[in-house]
Amino acid sequence: MTILLFGIAKDIVGSPTLSVPTSSVTGKKIPKTVGELKTFLSGTYPELNKLSSMAVAVNHNYAEDHEVINSYDEIALIPPVSGG
Amino acid sequence: MDHRYTRQTQLKDFGPEGQQKLANSKVLVVGLGGLGLPVLQYLNAMGVGTLGLMDQDVVELHNLQRQVLYTEKDLGRLKLEVAHETLQSQNSTTHFKLHDTFLTRENALETIKQYDLVVDATDNFPTRYLINDACVILDKPFVYGALHGFEGHVSVFNYKNGPTYRCLYPNMPRPEEVPNCNENGVLGVVPGIIGTLQALEAVKLLTGVGEVLSGKLLLFDGLAQQFSKIGFKRNPLHSKVEALQDSYDPLDCSTVATITAEDFQSILGEDTMLLDVRTPDEFNENHLKEAINVPMDQLMVPKPVKSEKIYVICQSGQRSETAAVQLQKQYPDSTFISVLGGMNKMMTLIFP
Repeated sequence: MTILLFGIAKDIVGSPTLSVPTSSVTGKKIPKTVGELKTFLSGTYPELNKLSSMAVAVNHNYAEDHEVINSYDEIALIPPVSGG
Repeated sequence: MDHRYTRQTQLKDFGPEGQQKLANSKVLVVGLGGLGLPVLQYLNAMGVGTLGLMDQDVVELHNLQRQVLYTEKDLGRLKLEVAHETLQSQNSTTHFKLHDTFLTRENALETIKQYDLVVDATDNFPTRYLINDACVILDKPFVYGALHGFEGHVSVFNYKNGPTYRCLYPNMPRPEEVPNCNENGVLGVVPGIIGTLQALEAVKLLTGVGEVLSGKLLLFDGLAQQFSKIGFKRNPLHSKVEALQDSYDPLDCSTVATITAEDFQSILGEDTMLLDVRTPDEFNENHLKEAINVPMDQLMVPKPVKSEKIYVICQSGQRSETAAVQLQKQYPDSTFISVLGGMNKMMTLIFP
């Protein structure tokens, strides 16, 4: 599962995309919802956890935490930006 | 025969009707920085009848790489004045309303009420949330633009009962979560691109031409030269605003006393205790003679307090507010008062 990163999320991870394993070879629980994905990512990148307001898009649509994700979905993390 | 707007009125979908709608429109642009200037230059050139300009900053050297309306000759002058002069010479038929202030909880509703549309060209979260809430209360649409480094966001919020900013981002981030342009930096041309897109959305919304970017967040990635769009819906939980919040101060709900620069000037005297929380370099460049330099990283009250009231000043009024909150916690027996608009405003009062 590939995740596109924007704004401060891109800066935190240090790359514009991020790959999340979709099989359980790593022994970690595989995220099945948007909320689980957030928890999964904040395990690897604790800085992401600090973002109190972060939009997640699944297949180009805003998604709430309870929404189910699949390995073929295109996911984007879009934290708010403030510059002007 | 060709007239001023021929090249756009000859467009079948725009026509003289579109032009008339622009002429009848009133648009408020909040912020005269990297986003606000291209918005204003195009809306003014294209013939929007009434333009409101709002800002209280002065032109500084580090603005010039992205705020391309300003020149080296304008350094130290109020952005409001410089922008007004240039826009007036660009189009003498536009009616300009000048708001020599920042948008505040106190003036937001009264000001926005006078316009059909607001353009959010600010550089900070508190003002973005304030614009959102005021526009929702008054049922006005607003065109949003924001930047982060090489990226930008554009959307139109609260348009014909469409989604609002809070539907995307329900709550204001804490200041330490997301850096602003001053801390993070922005590539000069990116605000030009995003601001120009905001101008396009404003024109479409005002004239009814095309499809307004409502319910969609446009993401621009300058490094990959790529646009993408995210769809989102109005969320009844977050889109309902009955009244403005008590404070749009992001500092963990702490509030601090403030004083306008005008009032401060009138009480300023030998006995005034004034802490200037800017860096020693900034302080050496200019300061009020009553001021004691106490940089942000060494906040303290440096001498016995003669008066109960201690004033705090910085360049624009932001750091002094943070400092006053911290000092108030350290010294609960005194009252710390932040000077609104900071040295920028004081300088315009002392050297008009």
